[in-house]
Amino acid sequence: MPDARTEEFIARIQEGAQVEATDWLPDDYRAKLLKFIEMHGNSELMGVLPEREWILKAPTLQRKLALTAKVQDEVGHAQLIYRVVEDLGKPRERCLADLVDGKAKFHNVFHYPTKTWGDVGVIAWLVDAAAIISQKALLKCSYAPYARIMKKICWEESFHILHGRDVILAMVTGTPEQFELVQEALDRWWGPLMQFHGNPIPREEDPMFQWRIKSQGNEEARQQFLDGYVPQIRELGLTVPDPKLCKRDDGVWEYSEPDWDELKHVVTGHGPKTEERLAFRRRFLEREQWVRDAVLAA
Amino acid sequence: MNEHPVWEVFRKEKRGAAFEHAGSVVAPDADFAEAWAREQYGRRGESVALWLVPRGAIRDVEDWADEFDLKYRRVDGYSIKARLKEARERAGTAGAG
Repeated sequence: MPDARTEEFIARIQEGAQVEATDWLPDDYRAKLLKFIEMHGNSELMGVLPEREWILKAPTLQRKLALTAKVQDEVGHAQLIYRVVEDLGKPRERCLADLVDGKAKFHNVFHYPTKTWGDVGVIAWLVDAAAIISQKALLKCSYAPYARIMKKICWEESFHILHGRDVILAMVTGTPEQFELVQEALDRWWGPLMQFHGNPIPREEDPMFQWRIKSQGNEEARQQFLDGYVPQIRELGLTVPDPKLCKRDDGVWEYSEPDWDELKHVVTGHGPKTEERLAFRRRFLEREQWVRDAVLAA
Repeated sequence: MNEHPVWEVFRKEKRGAAFEHAGSVVAPDADFAEAWAREQYGRRGESVALWLVPRGAIRDVEDWADEFDLKYRRVDGYSIKARLKEARERAGTAGAG
């Protein structure tokens, strides 16, 4: 049973109140918030790796610069987010150590390979679109410092989505081979995209919703994604690889059950690229130690 | 890095706008704090000015006592709905407007 102070806190945030870093926070709230935000920070940091691989292989100078800017933005988001985590009580060094030791999680979509330039387009357009749906809902998060940095993050993400859509448009209006690269990438990414927002737990049973860390249920986010992006995918002549996908008369999208076992397997560190990307991150963390030491010694 | 002070970052989006709290950075001194803040809050031209304030320098004021019930000095001190209804009924103008 929560004590009176905690109950009062829950009542306040459920009415939409936001709290600050210097306010009293119930331990359970602080712990859940920290874990959630840390995973977000890890995802931003790991999320640049699939795209980073293509900076050197980008088809034009313009694309190379745009991709580099995007990678810079995402690493910047990780910086902002880890700062919020630090204020909640976990130092950045420990977040990074836990990440490279495989003790912390990051989003499922960043555990997969980036096979072709088509994958880069699908990631920048659709993975970012799925992410921005979750991030926009976080603008109403009960923890105000997190909600505030989300404003900046969403602002930058909107340019990322446009960049992704532009990459896709260039390819679908190109040669048949280019069109095929996009279709193949979509076929590869559709499963992970449908898993992205998580199991459809009812809002009432989701502690993240009770604490108003999230203001949106998982299924609600997925429906919003389907509603916003399936028509945009189809109008380009692309095929969504799910024969059961259709919008019912009441506006709800029906789809084949996503592979929840795959989701669990991947986010617990068993994705096709998990090991390789963590090793990459570990190598750079060690290589850049002297920079952090120099700053500390200043 | 945690022994270094936290600097609260306030940003101004355009000329004439008010400074708004944006986030914070951890830095050993004001020059480092400026470098981090420029990178994190001004890189894409999203701010025309930044303020950096050591967190310890902020005086927090959050308790607002109202022992003398000063509501009469504010808009929320006046609830005229019920009285207005009664006045309109007496005057026979209820529902006329």
